[in-house]
Amino acid sequence: MHIFLTDQPIDVAAVLASVQDEGAGAVNSFIGTVRNQSTGRRVVRLDYEAYDAMAVHQMRRVAEQAQEMWPMLRQVAVTHRKGRLDIGDVAVVVAVSTPHRADSFAACQFIIDTIKQVVPIWKKEEYEDGSVWVAAHP
Amino acid sequence: MKLKIALFGIAKEIVGSSQLDLTAPDQQSVTGLMDQLRGQYPALGELTSFAVAVNSEYAAADYRLQENDEIALIPPVSGG
Repeated sequence: MHIFLTDQPIDVAAVLASVQDEGAGAVNSFIGTVRNQSTGRRVVRLDYEAYDAMAVHQMRRVAEQAQEMWPMLRQVAVTHRKGRLDIGDVAVVVAVSTPHRADSFAACQFIIDTIKQVVPIWKKEEYEDGSVWVAAHP
Repeated sequence: MKLKIALFGIAKEIVGSSQLDLTAPDQQSVTGLMDQLRGQYPALGELTSFAVAVNSEYAAADYRLQENDEIALIPPVSGG
């Protein structure tokens, strides 16, 4: 299991390489990137803040849950960025390897979906004329 | 008892600090703490939700807090 939180640009190739496994016939990945607009407003950058210790702990918990749900999972890697990100930057990479492809799609989607629900990381969208903490208010 | 509460994201902005020192009744529950915080900072009550974490885990509403717990207020998360 390869779980990291970093304030440096993510090396996507290195994350993919970390899940290579001789028993795997499939490597599946999700790469989350910074979009230039949100609900019609132009985004100029994002600021990610994390509760570091809990974020890493919860990412590990999600990966463990995935291993329970898909016992054939060979390798799991999650790297999440924090700090200031520009448009197009990689915010998160999830990668898994499994013997066959169907499980790799399902496990990868479960991991990113669950991370978005439970991991204590917050993003603030900066616009040309203000900023908003995403999802903070109804 | 005295509690130290770590604050992040919008909760940090609402309180104006990354840590809040609070006096709470002994054996205060998580629900009790949340009521206490909403009373002191009404803007917290306007959030979509907020949770309390103890020692890096989400705490159940009826958990009784201890003075040496590592407590954090978790506003709606938005990672990914």
